[in-house]
Amino acid sequence: MAEHHAHAVHADHDDHDHKPQGWRRWVFATNHKDIGTMYLVFACTMFFIGGAMAMVIRLELFKPGMQFVDPQLFNSMTTMHALIMIFGAVMPAWTGLANWMVPMQVGAPDMALPRLNNFSFWILPFAFTLLLGTLFVPGGAPAGGWTMYPPLMLQNGACFPMVIFAIHMMGASSILGAINVVVTILNMRAPGMTLLRMPLFVWTWLITAYLLIAVMPVLAGAVTMLLTDHFFGTTFFTAAGGGDPVMFQHIFWFFGHPEVYILILPAFGIVSEIIPTFSRKPLFGYEAMVYATASIAFLSFIVWAHHMFTVGMPLAAQLFFMLSTMLIAIPTGVKVFNWTATMWKGSLSFEPPMLFALAFLFLFSLGGFSGLMLAIVPADYQYQDTYFVVAHFHYVLVPGAIFAIMGGVYYWLPKWVGRMYDMRLAKWHFWLSAIFVNVLFFPQHFLGLAGMPRRIPDYAVQFTDWNMVSSIGGFGFGLSQLLFPYLIWKCVRSGVPVLGNKPWEGAHGLEWELPSPAPYHSWQTPPSEAVIAKGAFH
Amino acid sequence: MIRSNRARHLFPAVTLALALATQAHAASHPSGWGLLNMTQGVTEISRRIYDLHMLIFWVCVAIAAVVFGAMIWSIINYRKSQGAVADTTLVHNTRVEIIWTAVPVVILIAMAVPAARTLVDIEDTTKTELTIKITGFQWGWNYDYLDQGVAFFSRLDRRSDEARELGSGIDPNTVEHYLLNVDHPLVVPVGTKVRLLITGADVIHAWWVPAFGVKKDAIPGFVNEAWFNIDADKPGLYRGQCAELCGRDHGFMPIVVDARPREEFQKWLKSTAAEQKQAAAPGGTPPSAAAPSAPVASNAPNS
Repeated sequence: MAEHHAHAVHADHDDHDHKPQGWRRWVFATNHKDIGTMYLVFACTMFFIGGAMAMVIRLELFKPGMQFVDPQLFNSMTTMHALIMIFGAVMPAWTGLANWMVPMQVGAPDMALPRLNNFSFWILPFAFTLLLGTLFVPGGAPAGGWTMYPPLMLQNGACFPMVIFAIHMMGASSILGAINVVVTILNMRAPGMTLLRMPLFVWTWLITAYLLIAVMPVLAGAVTMLLTDHFFGTTFFTAAGGGDPVMFQHIFWFFGHPEVYILILPAFGIVSEIIPTFSRKPLFGYEAMVYATASIAFLSFIVWAHHMFTVGMPLAAQLFFMLSTMLIAIPTGVKVFNWTATMWKGSLSFEPPMLFALAFLFLFSLGGFSGLMLAIVPADYQYQDTYFVVAHFHYVLVPGAIFAIMGGVYYWLPKWVGRMYDMRLAKWHFWLSAIFVNVLFFPQHFLGLAGMPRRIPDYAVQFTDWNMVSSIGGFGFGLSQLLFPYLIWKCVRSGVPVLGNKPWEGAHGLEWELPSPAPYHSWQTPPSEAVIAKGAFH
Repeated sequence: MIRSNRARHLFPAVTLALALATQAHAASHPSGWGLLNMTQGVTEISRRIYDLHMLIFWVCVAIAAVVFGAMIWSIINYRKSQGAVADTTLVHNTRVEIIWTAVPVVILIAMAVPAARTLVDIEDTTKTELTIKITGFQWGWNYDYLDQGVAFFSRLDRRSDEARELGSGIDPNTVEHYLLNVDHPLVVPVGTKVRLLITGADVIHAWWVPAFGVKKDAIPGFVNEAWFNIDADKPGLYRGQCAELCGRDHGFMPIVVDARPREEFQKWLKSTAAEQKQAAAPGGTPPSAAAPSAPVASNAPNS
């Protein structure tokens, strides 16, 4: 009791910066901003590790013939690149941004479950140490593709149980993070912050969190069955024992397709924040945006088999999955139209966050178009497992998810640290990224259509020219990304202090009502309804 | 403002480059830079797939022209630096929203109908004249002409196999059909509906020949069905690759199909069956080593 009392007295005058110092601040972190920062630093680190693997891939593919790596190591690189980018870079980056922004945007002091928050972050370094450790075990890192299809996956050596356990840990981390987001959004909103006043980033994350809770256990189940097939004599996926290798693909993609939207829905949210701000106009069709997001999430559960049209399914099943997949174009189209309508008759300026959001708009749409083409089953027979698919999903994930993350960081960084970054250098970062990402991925459409399969370490000589172009784009894109951590570092250390609460004149929303940098415990007293109403789109 | 000017010029430049590239493609024999699009192939199905691909491609181009056009228009005309003032009342318009939901539905239906028709025809595996069982293994293919007494293995040819080793010192450009050549191609008749029964021996593979519009997974424990019917006037060599990651040498298990006129094929089938029967007889060489009499012609058309 005495302790409580002492703390209460202490809190009365100064608790803005009440936190443990040194390493304890991070290891025992319960503050949403500290944990958010750790998530973002972790994601950035993984982005560069996964990126280095992509550089190995592009180096080997620069010209025909094997020059640098053994085919087995090449397969490990493609497998690890995907696992690290998906589970290590993009997903933790989203959780980091949710940690930073959700409490600020809904008028809460912190996340609802701070210790769970700490735990869900600290699982990740262990999971990825284990995953990266596979590079050094006999037989090397997993080389069966991130999709882990049996029976090939079962041929992996010592890395096999390590990968499975690492995935279990990543899944646990994601589920805990998602539960925290759901609980925070549903319980910690300030009075007056009704669901339909929430910013789109909060909405898209709420829906993403439900997707995570729904599908991560499915992935865990799938890999656990692989584990028992390998070690305990079960034959879930072995035809010789009465099992079914195709069942794995169905289970995997039942996780895998919602996973795709887990990676992209928060990007929709961020773009829906940035475009209105720099168009100086409220978001067009706010409610339609919310419903479109929910529709996309629902549809994501009934389209999974479009990843496996060549597996040999009944005609009726193929028709069903083709039509359900095409349906996704409708809510996605609504979103793109709404963003365009938001810019229509606006007053646009082109600061770095807006540049990234605009690139997202154009290039994500391009990935959407190739997605629509992939939905057409007969054409998919020609596209499936070629570089056309590689181009498609990199367009939606790199200038899609990654650009949105970077745009989000450039948007909110002044609020986080109270300083402005080097705007000119950030524009350099943008233009280099936007140009090189197209040099890197656009030619891959040609390669795929011309017949180059994906996941091959070497190719027939007629594919040389476009592979060289793609590799040059890859090196350029990879090098350009070094500007990003440098810019952030420079901003934190010596950026020009931001005056006032709003570094962007057109910004709306509760986070901009807080001082810059935002206080350690975001909203200690809930914002008034008037402030909430001012920030909301309607 | 410099940056928005650049954004304005970027997109037309890309479109122009693409248009030029497409023209170059049409004008010259596809190789290197000219390899930009899907093959039309040599079967009715592959051509219908190509047509579907082009149909949806142009639909996407048309939608892109409208949507990107509106975006570019906004970027050019509603710039704050040019004194644009935001119309903050423009946040909702039921009529417009209904239109841009309904119009895509119509477009999608228009695309789904021909796609479904083609798919129904692809799935029709009746009335075939010849059945070949294809088994993918790590790393090659086994072809078994059911009830014909002909079966053989097909692997990457020696030259490619030597050249593809790490640090082989052999320039792939000096190897004919590098990575797309095999020791024993699959020999088939043209103008014949050939049925394929596809399975896997160890892990999942996928048998893909772009010119036929056929790609099907070869899965252990499953027998998948596919078929092709090569135009009677288009004998030649057609090449493809395994299209499902199947381990270390996934990139090194090509497919070559030697399509011959019907009579020539019958002759080949008979003589090969006889050879294999002889080889299987006591004292003969084991059948897997017996080469079918097909020479790996490298100067044939369509290769």
